[in-house]
Amino acid sequence: MNPPTFDSVQVGDALPPLQPPPVDRTTLALFAGASGDHNPIHIDIDVARRAGMPDVFAQGMLGMAWLGRLLTAWAPQSRLRRFDARFQGITHLGNAMHCSGTVVEKLEQAGERCVRIELLSANQFGQTKIVGEALVALP
Amino acid sequence: MIDKKWIGHELPASVLPIERSRLQFFAKAIGETDPVYTDVAAARDAGYPDLPAPPTFLFAAELDSGASEQLLADLQIPIAKLLHGEQGFSFHVAACAGDTVTVRSTISDIYDKKNGALEFVVKTARATNQHGELVAELRTVIVCRH
Repeated sequence: MNPPTFDSVQVGDALPPLQPPPVDRTTLALFAGASGDHNPIHIDIDVARRAGMPDVFAQGMLGMAWLGRLLTAWAPQSRLRRFDARFQGITHLGNAMHCSGTVVEKLEQAGERCVRIELLSANQFGQTKIVGEALVALP
Repeated sequence: MIDKKWIGHELPASVLPIERSRLQFFAKAIGETDPVYTDVAAARDAGYPDLPAPPTFLFAAELDSGASEQLLADLQIPIAKLLHGEQGFSFHVAACAGDTVTVRSTISDIYDKKNGALEFVVKTARATNQHGELVAELRTVIVCRH
């Protein structure tokens, strides 16, 4: 796939979606170590239960990192200007996330031609977990 | 209730040396397979001096340093009540392996909703590299649910 250009991209275009494997405990443990988020609620079921949760659950930043992969698979990271996420629900073990992005606006910002992308991460039951937005400068 | 006196509080600076092996570990953890993030030759072919830190990686700075944990202790937010509400990044200069990034955060707002059932803490940060260049700005909203 050729990298997108401002002229080749249209409002309404969908980015190639990303579907990581269902959330499992190994992924949460690896992400805890790699991200530096050692909060035990994501990796220790005893702590999660004491906090009133049925089990451990995914770090929000894991879901955001997956949306980041969606973006950098589409355009080089050096073109990413802004990346925002709102965490709307807890991502549980077994959730199979579908990460998607849609071009919603073409604009000029700070002298650069950019596209605004709406981002969504939802599980296999259609429950939205993260909504986000990115600004990408295109040649 | 979280004491509003913390608005304006500056967290101690968090210094994050960006290491190749850590970036490779991060790539593995998030399932990143693009060689730009794991193979130095591929990164250089893509125009980076070394492996680039993925977009959300800099969030690690205040976790590694303990500044995030200290903030929760200062604000008396137990982890059982903690939620990550929002996260934002604005990017300026790439951060790559070999760089040392310093993150400096300020508590910019504290407010509540639903008669105090949910409290929000807004933290804004600037990340600079060893040359004093602005790498990124970060905005974090943490939520304490009662």
